[in-house]
Amino acid sequence: MADSDKIIDEVTQSEYKYGFVSNIEADQVPKGLNEDIIRMISEKKNEPEWLLEYRLEAFHIWQQMEEPDWAHVKYPKIDFQDIVYFSAPKKKKYNSLDEVDPEMLETFNKLGISLEEQKKLTGVAVDAVMDSVSVKTTFQETLQEKGIIFCSFSEAVQNHPELVKKYLGSVVPKGDNYFAALNSAVFTDGSFCYIPEGVTTPVELSTYFRINAANTGQFERTLIIGDENSYVSYLEGCTAPIRDENQLHAAVVEIVALKDAEVKYSTVQNWYPGDKNGKGGIYNFVTKRGLAKGSNSKISWTQVETGSAVTWKYPSCVLMGDNSQGEFYSVAVTNNHQQADTGTKMIHIGRNTKSTVISKGISSGYSNNSYRGLVKMTPKAANARNFSQCDSLLLGDKCGAHTFPYIHTDNKSSIVEHEATTSKISEEQLFYLQQRGIDEENAISLIVNGYAKEVLNKLPMEFAVEAQKLLSISLEGSVG
Amino acid sequence: MLTIKGLKVSIDDKQIIKGFDLEVKEGEIHAIMGPNGTGKSTLAEVIAGKEDFKVEEGEIYFDGKNLLEMDVEERAREGLFLGFQYPVAIPGVSMTNFMRTSVNEIRKHKGLDPLPANKFMALMAEKKKLIGIDDKMTKRSVNQGFSGGEKKKNEIFQMAMLDPRLSILDETDSGLDIDALKVVAHGVNKLRRKDNATVLITHYQRLLDYIVPDKVHVMYDGRIVRSGDKELAKELESKGYEWLRKESATS
Ligand SMILES: Nc1ncnc2c1ncn2[C@@H]1O[C@H](COP(=O)(O)OP(=O)(O)O)[C@@H](O)[C@H]1O
Ligand SMILES: [Mg+2]
Repeated sequence: MADSDKIIDEVTQSEYKYGFVSNIEADQVPKGLNEDIIRMISEKKNEPEWLLEYRLEAFHIWQQMEEPDWAHVKYPKIDFQDIVYFSAPKKKKYNSLDEVDPEMLETFNKLGISLEEQKKLTGVAVDAVMDSVSVKTTFQETLQEKGIIFCSFSEAVQNHPELVKKYLGSVVPKGDNYFAALNSAVFTDGSFCYIPEGVTTPVELSTYFRINAANTGQFERTLIIGDENSYVSYLEGCTAPIRDENQLHAAVVEIVALKDAEVKYSTVQNWYPGDKNGKGGIYNFVTKRGLAKGSNSKISWTQVETGSAVTWKYPSCVLMGDNSQGEFYSVAVTNNHQQADTGTKMIHIGRNTKSTVISKGISSGYSNNSYRGLVKMTPKAANARNFSQCDSLLLGDKCGAHTFPYIHTDNKSSIVEHEATTSKISEEQLFYLQQRGIDEENAISLIVNGYAKEVLNKLPMEFAVEAQKLLSISLEGSVG
Repeated sequence: MLTIKGLKVSIDDKQIIKGFDLEVKEGEIHAIMGPNGTGKSTLAEVIAGKEDFKVEEGEIYFDGKNLLEMDVEERAREGLFLGFQYPVAIPGVSMTNFMRTSVNEIRKHKGLDPLPANKFMALMAEKKKLIGIDDKMTKRSVNQGFSGGEKKKNEIFQMAMLDPRLSILDETDSGLDIDALKVVAHGVNKLRRKDNATVLITHYQRLLDYIVPDKVHVMYDGRIVRSGDKELAKELESKGYEWLRKESATS
């Protein structure tokens, strides 16, 4: 891995590195949740009637639902009437970077993701989402030439309503779960991506999310469609400012892969985890699901989770097409008082479907880190295979690691393999590295990055570097 | 370079090093020999700074600095190298990444900038050639799946990379076939200079057929019972450790 020394050198401060607040004026709707608010959001976004109906139906379903309590996490009851459901930076459209609010550019610069730099250096097309509205989309021309649509969700609603209408809710239905229903009612923006038949995206598509205006829950909606025989690698990363109040985040990501299509979705998640005593921090209740609809299609989730106070997240694959494949590679780090309940669901429906699950949990401090995974082999999934490996690494003796594997097999020809290990960083390893001049913190960082390597290797290069940095930062002060 | 005086070390209230003295000068190679369980590894680890042990009495000075007041990594950065008897595996951490981190930490301590990637790779290539290990080994994770011989060669390779002032090699010869033993001995001889020093800890005198020590010490029950030149090793070989038991009983 290049740059790992630099990374190790950079990791020196122990306060949350990306914690700052930018002062961009926000255009908000009043606090609270009711039909009027939903109508207001829909109107502000100039949405078609069918989408308003969709939201209202979702809202009615949500009202009938109970907040789930089965996850291995604890948090105070959320007051859904005390949340602002829509806020958008006031100025909306820009033709060049000169028109963008300098303070917003400054924010991106601090995050090291200035659009200019991104354009020139990394060749990554960035759809940067500040709060809820798309600010600037780059590389549109290059993508347009190939017929790739990569834009904010709102733009897609205006410009490609037929695609949105066809696929919205087709993977995660309105009433799928409590937080997905809430999202379906109040989602404000997000990203939309359509890869036409036979097209391979020339660059990694990337979105940076950032929670900004105080007390604004973020409800992104992402929809990615890989048409037949297409390929896309999609990156999502995020950081957030320090806050004292808890912030709710309930995103929904839907992926559809048609025949022979492959969609690779990578996340580096680094939201504010709360301070050392567990105060503040983001609640991250996300529904991510991919439908491998066509035969030979493939959906791959890779995630590095270091942030949030509470994480509830199970990127899943529904393997419907024959010979379709699903993958889940995850590193979840918890420190201090963080709680993470994360994992995946692999639902095998088609014949010869195959899934791979590699989960690496790392817990330190007083944190709790749970893996929850479901592998389901339906009666038709002849010769389906799953391999799951769930490893836990403990730093210190006050943290917890838990594994909840659920396996349902309804046919005899399928094979499910599950392996699980729990280990600790050994004194011997630390002493060995220290004897070579490496201090304890860097030694731990090396060991942890080594432990997570199988997953980190799945990330695109620039993301892998960022992920290594985050692992090191997240574990600062976890020993000694 | 290294001065140990009146060292007494215990673990869990059990004394293991029972009054140990040693003086190693620049350019010298010392051999410390002795039966199993006599405290050789404990001595090496105490010098390197392992925390499990309690130093009850005595002092250790390295280039005029009080080692006992320094952290493990500080001692290493000052040029102290320990070749481990049982090198531990670190899964997922490549030898290259490990060595680059290590080399640059030591450079930083000396006020030098990190070695640029191309220079670092050149250094790796040079040292691999010097020690005679193949490319595949450095591409693997640290000691992961290494055979006994590979682990020991790897220790010598790291010694070559880090160019320490003082190397303490703990049973680097044990468990090696004759070819691997020659590789290790060849490495140590190549790295020998006027401004560095080596302490070989060994159970057998076999290694000393290939590396000629300036001084040989026989350790028994936590202290040095005899010191001499290379002839002492031969004497020990012919008489066996049983002879020591009587020696120490009368001393
Ligand atoms: N971590 C430890 N805990 C308890 N006893 C130990 C520990 N390490 C070494 N000892 C004891 O100290 C003595 C010396 O061991 P060691 O230094 O390994 O000897 P040598 O290397 O000469 O074979 C032995 O009796 C051994 O059992
Ligand atoms: Mg020993």
